[in-house]
Amino acid sequence: MWIYTLKRVGLSIVIVFSALFVLFALLRFLPGDPITIALGPRATPEAIARYSEKMHLDDSTLVQFLVYARNALTGDLGTAVFSERSVATMVFEVLPFTLLLSVAGLGWAMLFGIPLGCFAAVRPNTLLDRITGIISIGTIAVPSFVVSIWALLFFSIELGVLPAIGAGEPGDSLDQALHLILPAFAVGLGWVGYLARMVRASMLEVMGENYIRAAQAFGLPRQTIIYRYALRVAILPTITLIGIGFGGLLSGAVFAEIIFGRPGVGRLIFDSITGRNFPVVQGAVLVITAIYIIVTLIADLVVAKLDPRVRESL
Amino acid sequence: MSANPSDIAVAPPAKVERRFSERREKLLSFLQNGPGMFGLILVVLFFASAIFAPWIAPYDPNALDIPARMQGPSWAHLAGTDQLGRDTFSRVLFGGRVALKIAAIGVSASLALGIALGIIAGYGPRWLDSLLLLLFDTVRAFPVIVLALAVVAVTGPSLELVLIIIIVTSVPGYARLVRTSTLALKNTEFITAERSLGASSSRIMAKHIMPNVVGPLLILGAMDVPVVVTVEAGLSFLGLGVLPPQASWGTILNEGYLAIRETPWLVIAGGIPLVLTTLGFTFLGEALRDVFDPRLRKGR
Repeated sequence: MWIYTLKRVGLSIVIVFSALFVLFALLRFLPGDPITIALGPRATPEAIARYSEKMHLDDSTLVQFLVYARNALTGDLGTAVFSERSVATMVFEVLPFTLLLSVAGLGWAMLFGIPLGCFAAVRPNTLLDRITGIISIGTIAVPSFVVSIWALLFFSIELGVLPAIGAGEPGDSLDQALHLILPAFAVGLGWVGYLARMVRASMLEVMGENYIRAAQAFGLPRQTIIYRYALRVAILPTITLIGIGFGGLLSGAVFAEIIFGRPGVGRLIFDSITGRNFPVVQGAVLVITAIYIIVTLIADLVVAKLDPRVRESL
Repeated sequence: MSANPSDIAVAPPAKVERRFSERREKLLSFLQNGPGMFGLILVVLFFASAIFAPWIAPYDPNALDIPARMQGPSWAHLAGTDQLGRDTFSRVLFGGRVALKIAAIGVSASLALGIALGIIAGYGPRWLDSLLLLLFDTVRAFPVIVLALAVVAVTGPSLELVLIIIIVTSVPGYARLVRTSTLALKNTEFITAERSLGASSSRIMAKHIMPNVVGPLLILGAMDVPVVVTVEAGLSFLGLGVLPPQASWGTILNEGYLAIRETPWLVIAGGIPLVLTTLGFTFLGEALRDVFDPRLRKGR
C-alpha cells in the first residue's frame, strides 16, 4: 500500500506541475501580449515594470515558469488587475461557498441515489427496476445548467416558494439553507441517476457472491444482508465515481453560482473574464484544478486501501 | 491459397452463417428495447430538424420584428418571440444545426485523434506511452468547463474555440481506452504471427489493431454526443461560445435567462431540444451498448 501511495502521490505532483505549465503556457504562447492580458489594457508603466520584474519577464521561459510555479506553490497567486487585491485572498474568501454547494449537491444525491440503486438491484428486471433505470438515465441526461434555470423559473419565479438570488443573509443559517436548496438540487440531480446506476450494477454483482448466499442460507434478515453485507462492498466503485466525477460536480457548481447569483469560485472566474481580470481567472482555475486533483487522489487511495487488486494496477 | 493469420484469428469463414443469425438476433433485441427505440426516434428527429431547418422554419431566425417582440406562444409563433421579435421556434431549429455541427466534428475528430494516440501509446515505446499518459492525465485534471473558461479568458469567445476545447478534453478518454485494448492485443498470437511474417509496426497498427479497437468506441462516441452538445450550449449560455446573433440553444437560453420574468418561454424552448437530444443519444447509446457489448450486458 505504501508503494502504491508513494507512486500515486508522485503522479499527482507531476500532474499539478503539468497543470501549472498549461496555465502558464496559456498566457505565454496564445496570441496576444502577456502583460496586456495579465494587467489589462490600461496598466500604468510602473505597474508593467513591477510585473515584469516580479515575473522575470526578461529571463528565459524556463526561469519564468519556475518563478510562476514557486509563487503559486507558496500561495502567491498574484494580484487582481484593478483592485490590486491578493488573488489568493479573493479565491479563498469565496471557496467555502463553492465547496458547500458541491458537498450539499453530492450529499442529497447520495441520500437518494444509493437507496434507489439498492431498491432496483433487489428487484432485477421487474417493472419497478425498469422505471428506476429510466428515471436514472433521465436525470443524468438533463444538463445541470438547464435544471438550474428551470428550477429558478418554476420554484422561485412562478411558485415563489424558494429564494432565487444570492447565498442568504450572513449569520442567518435558515436563510442561507433556503438559498442553498435550489442550487444544490440542480448540482446534485444528475448524480442521483449516476449513483443509482452504479450502486445497482455493483449490488447485482455482489448479491450473487457465495458469502451473500451463505448469509441467506443462515436465514439472516433481508435488510441486514442488503445494507450490512452487500452494500459495504458494492459501494466501492461509487467512491471512484465520485472522485472522477468531482470535476463535473464543480462545473455544475460554476453554472449554479452564475445562474443563482451565489458567491463562489465559479462566479469569481466568470466575473473576472467579463472584467478582463486574467490573474484572478488563472489563480481561481488553479485552485479548482488542485482541489480536483486532490479529490481524485483521495478517492484512488481509499479504493486502493479497500481493494488490494487496484494497488497492482499502477 | 495462403491464409492471413489474423483472418483466422478474427473471422473464421465457417462461422459466417452463425454471425449472420447473431446479427439478426442483436437487431431484434435492439428493436425490442423500448427506451432504445425512443432514443432512436429522438436522434432521428434531431438530425432531421437540424438538416431540414431552412425548409421547416417558418421565419428567418435572425429576422427582426420589433412590433411582435416578447410575444408568448401562439399559432403565429409556436414558441413565442424574443426581445427583438425574432421567432423562437425558428431559432431553436437553426440552433440544432450548430449543435449537430459541433457534435459531428467534435466527436469524429476526438475519436480519430483518440484512436491514433491510444494505439501509439499502447504499441509504441515505453517512454512515449508514459509521456502520452501524463499528457492525458494533465488534460483530465481540469474540469472541462473550468479549462474552457481559462482559455476563453485569454482568447475571447468563438465557435472554433469551443470545438478545439471539446476535442482536446475528449481525446484522453478515448485514447486511454484504446491504449488498454492495444496493450491487450499487442501480445496476442495473430499480432505475433504478423510481426514474424515481417509486417511493419505501422501496418500492424493500421490493419490489425485499429479494426479491433474501433467497434466499442463508436458506441462510446454516440454516448458522448450529449456531453459535447451540453458543453457547447453551456459555454454559449455563458456568452463564451457561439456569439449573437447566431442562434444556438445556449444563446437562446441566455437571452431567456436575462429576461426570465418577461419571456419565460425562451428558457423552456431553448432547454427542451437540449434535454431531448441528450436523452435521445443517452437512451440510444445505452441500448446499443447492451446489445452489442456482451460484457457490459452481463454486468447489468
